Formats: sequence, structure tokens, C-alpha cells
Amino acid sequence: MSGESSPAKHYGLHAALIALLAVLAFLLPEYHHGVFARVMVLAVFAMGYNLLFGYAGLLSLGHAMFFSAGLYGAGLTMVHLGWGVLPAFAAGLVAGALLSLAIGFLALRTTGVAFMIVTMMFAQVFYLALFYFGSWTRGDEGLVIAQGQRRLSFAGVDLDLTSPVTRYFAALALFSLVLVVTLAVVRSRFGRVLVAIRENEERTRMLGFDAFANKLAATVLSGVICAAAGAAYAILFGYVGATFASIQYSILPLLWVLLGGAATTLGPLVGTLLMFYLIDSSGDLLKAWLPGWNLSSLGIVGVALVLLILFFPKGILGTVRERWVRWLP
Amino acid sequence: MAFGPHLLLATLEGLVNSAVLALTALGLSLVFGVMRVVNVAHGEFYMLGAVLAWWVASLVSGHPALGFLVALVVSPLIVGAIALASERLVLRRLEYNPESTIVATIGLLYIFQQAALTFYGPEARPVEAPFSYRVLLPWFGYSGYKLAVIAASALLLAGTWYMLTRTKIGLVMRATQYDRETAQAFGIPVTKVYAGVFALGAMLAAVAAVLTVPISQAHYLMGRDPLLLSFIVVIIGGLGSLRGTVIAALLVGLSDGIISVFYTPTLAKIIATLLVAMVLVFRPQGLFGTAAR
Repeated sequence: MSGESSPAKHYGLHAALIALLAVLAFLLPEYHHGVFARVMVLAVFAMGYNLLFGYAGLLSLGHAMFFSAGLYGAGLTMVHLGWGVLPAFAAGLVAGALLSLAIGFLALRTTGVAFMIVTMMFAQVFYLALFYFGSWTRGDEGLVIAQGQRRLSFAGVDLDLTSPVTRYFAALALFSLVLVVTLAVVRSRFGRVLVAIRENEERTRMLGFDAFANKLAATVLSGVICAAAGAAYAILFGYVGATFASIQYSILPLLWVLLGGAATTLGPLVGTLLMFYLIDSSGDLLKAWLPGWNLSSLGIVGVALVLLILFFPKGILGTVRERWVRWLP
Repeated sequence: MAFGPHLLLATLEGLVNSAVLALTALGLSLVFGVMRVVNVAHGEFYMLGAVLAWWVASLVSGHPALGFLVALVVSPLIVGAIALASERLVLRRLEYNPESTIVATIGLLYIFQQAALTFYGPEARPVEAPFSYRVLLPWFGYSGYKLAVIAASALLLAGTWYMLTRTKIGLVMRATQYDRETAQAFGIPVTKVYAGVFALGAMLAAVAAVLTVPISQAHYLMGRDPLLLSFIVVIIGGLGSLRGTVIAALLVGLSDGIISVFYTPTLAKIIATLLVAMVLVFRPQGLFGTAAR
């Protein structure tokens, strides 16, 4: 499907989006500038999730552990070992790769509902382990990474990652890289095998493809991308806490991808951005309309999930692709 | 306290855990067994049961036993009605697709939590036990109410077992579980059975919650642990197997009680969760179940 369309159209669209985000860095007011930086990092998390859920059709309820593997891989090495930004980021990626390889190896023996429960349980183990090793992780309270450590110097350039502009462009760089990687994967033979597995695993196996190896590769790639998001989050925003490993952070990427459109390359960004602003703005609105109702993001997330799955299972870009823009990757 | 009495106390606490857990897990197991729906919102039906029990008991004046008894009847009924509505409005529209229903029940989980937070508040509140008799053992006194919880749970489990295996309703439910299409062809109203089973599963969780409220308090986030433990029990016992569920509840409840008396609860939870994940990976039919057809 996606392979039939011209590469120029695909890459052109994505390049245009990246250019737009770069221009926005200079146009956005301060508050929204910060929101966009955060959303781009979280969208990377959602893109990693989408690779496994959207394309390979594997619904995991434990991706918070891959995000946190990156978060803690970078955060712990920076706080306790005093590592610089680049080695710490690499440590986060390695942590995510090893964890997703191990989890994929075990969890992919199961399918369907069992896969969801197994991933959820492994994530729960990871979450509890963060408390068990509380002397290093400080559990819920978390760790703050010193400002002085969050700078990047190479070849005579000194970048302060705590300054909003540098942070925005660092987030954009990671986002663009992952976006292009995702697009390349989706257009590749590997990407099409994943879609084939999603549509009919038995038939794909009969055609001579090793379904397990392909799914394992997808799990590791997805885990590494999510870990990259986590490591970037730790470095750019300077906070590492156990909340990011809780079940809620496994469900959020699912929600973002469902909203934006599963199995679309741009859906994760659209979903993350919309959900962020929905929770952000509706909080104040609902407080004004219904004072004293103690409304939190819980209810909004819940209602959004139910409405999406009932009436809008393809998400925004999924619907756009189905109705209007057939070539959308 | 010496080791012997200490172990006895741990075992008693474990049995109370098991009794409550068996009821909750049985509800989850029934829903999965008959409908093939993994109800992630199951823990929230438990929470709603507890919160509604507090509300009902606070409306009834007089002896605390009266309020408790009214709550024991009314709260599960309200929870059953809520479950019925969720089944009609959400699950049925999704045609019970396993993956969609999981996403939808996650949504319901958050909606119920939000509702409890809005209408009940963030505080934890207890319900007074119907009686405060203490059984005096040679080494320590033990709450008579906790022993009554074990008895009540055993009675309810026996009742459910009787209903499933000896009555027409149970026969219809088992037929639907065994083969949905054939059951429909034989004139069994499958969608009605599904609605009934979903409500029944939620009510079992609610009853378990009402029984626990005098021991632990009602709180809007209290559904998390029962959900996870019920998952563990249902997986170890084999999805959809009543006997396995009860045995596994005993196993998990007792070991949870005993381990957390002697070791840190976090480590106990880590080991239990990891073991269960491994059971699901290497023996998906559960320890007591038989392989799927």
C-alpha cells in the first residue's frame, strides 16, 4: 500500500512538517514553546509504540518500562556516576535495547490477550523494582539532574540543554530522526512484513517469513525508540521519577496513537499534541463550569478512550487516509 | 510472640485475604470464561462496591449491623446495574472484540475512578463492622468479624458453584462459554447471558469489597491491588476454571499474607508478579487448567 506511492511525496510531506516545527520555534509564545518541546519528546515515545501496535499489531500494555529504561538508564548514570549527556543517552538506549530484547523474547511466546497481560505484568515488576531499589532511584520522589550536567560540548561547541531554545531544537532533532527512521521502516520490506503479520500471521509464516524473528526485531526497535524518548526526557527536563513507569504511562501512548491514527507515521505526533492540549485546556474549562467536582485528567483520558474505541477506532489520520488522502504513509 | 503463634496469625490474615480475593477473582474469571472479555475495570467495580457501601451505611441510622447489612444488599445491586449499563452501552457495541474491549475497559476504569473522586472525594473512610466480638485465642485475640468474612465468602463461593453446576442458569452459561454459536442456534439468548454474566462478575467484586470495608477503608484508588491480584489468581488457576480460581486464590492469598509478615511486601509482590508472568508465558492454560481447544 504505502510502497506503491512515490518516495518524493512521502519524504516531502515529512520534511515539510519538520520545517514547520523548526519555524514554529521562533513563532510560538513562551508557554506553547515549552509544551511543543515536551510533546515532541513524548511523540517519539508514541512513535515507538505505534511501530509495534499500529504496524505489527501487537498491543502492549507495558511500554512504560521501555520509556523508563531509557529515563533511568540516562538519569541514574548521570546522577550517580556523573556521566556526560552523550554517554548517558547511550546508556539509556542500551538499557532499552536489552530490556526489550529480554521482554520480547519471553512475551512474544504469547499472543493476543495474554500478550497484553504479560507485558503489563513485566512493566509492573519493573515499576515495583524501582521502589525496591529506592536507595538509588528514590521511588516516587525521583531524582533531579543538576543543571550543570545537562550540557553538551563537542568540537568546540557548547550547548546548554536547559535553555528553552536549545532544548526545543534538541527535541526536534530527535523527533525528526525518529520520524524519518519510522518512515523508512514502514516503506521497507521489513515494514511490509510486519503489516502482513498483523493482517494474517499464519499466512505470513506459510509464505516463508519468520514471524517470531520479525516481531522480536519490531519489539526491540520499538523499545529502543521509546527508550530514546525516555533518555531525552531525563536529559532535557532534568527529572527522573517512578511515575513514568506506572501503568498510566503504558496507557497514554496507546491513547495518543489511537487518537492520531494507528499505523500512520504522523498520527503519534497529532495524537500527543491534541491530547496534551485537550487535558491542558479542558482542566481549566471544566473547573470553571463544574467547580468543586475534583475533575482530573483521569476522567478525560477515560472518556477519550471509550469514545475513540467506540466511534473512531481508526483515529484522525487513519480516517483522513481512508476517506481522502489514500497515499498517506 | 513466638514463631508458632506468629505463623498462625499470618495464616489467619492470609485466609481473610484469600476469601476476599477468591470472590473478586471469580467475578473476573466468569467474565473472561464466558464472554472472553478481559475486564480491566474489574477492580473499579470492587472500589465502587466499597464506596457505595460507605454511602449506604452512612444513610442508615441505628445499629451499625443494620447499615452494614443494607449495604451488603444494596451496594452490589447498584454496581450490578452500573455494570449492566456499561455492557449495553460499550462492550456490546464493540461486539466483544478482545482487544477493543480491553481499551474500552481501561477507559471505564478511569471514568469510574473519576466518578468516585468527584462524588466521594479523595479521603479514605471506613464502615463500622456489624459486630466487634473478639475471639480469644491462648496467644492473641482475633477479630470475630474477620472469621465471619471467611465464612461468608465460603458460602457465596459454594452458592456460585451450585448455580453454575446445578441450575438451568448455570447450564445456559456453560453452554455459552463452551460454544457461543451453537448455543445461539439452540435458542439461548447469548447477548442476555453476556449481560447477566458481566453484571454477576461485577456484583461478586462488589460483595467482596463490602465485606472488606470494615477491615480496610474505602478509597477511590483501592481497585488497583485487587485487579492485579485477581489477574494473578485467574492466570494461575486457569482462565475460566472455577475450581482453579478458588485454589489459586487460597495459594496467592495465603502466601501473600505469610510472605508479607516475614519479608518486605514489595519484594513479595515483585516475585509473585514475575512468577505469574512466567506462568502465562510458559503455561498459558494456567497451573490447573487444561489446554484450550
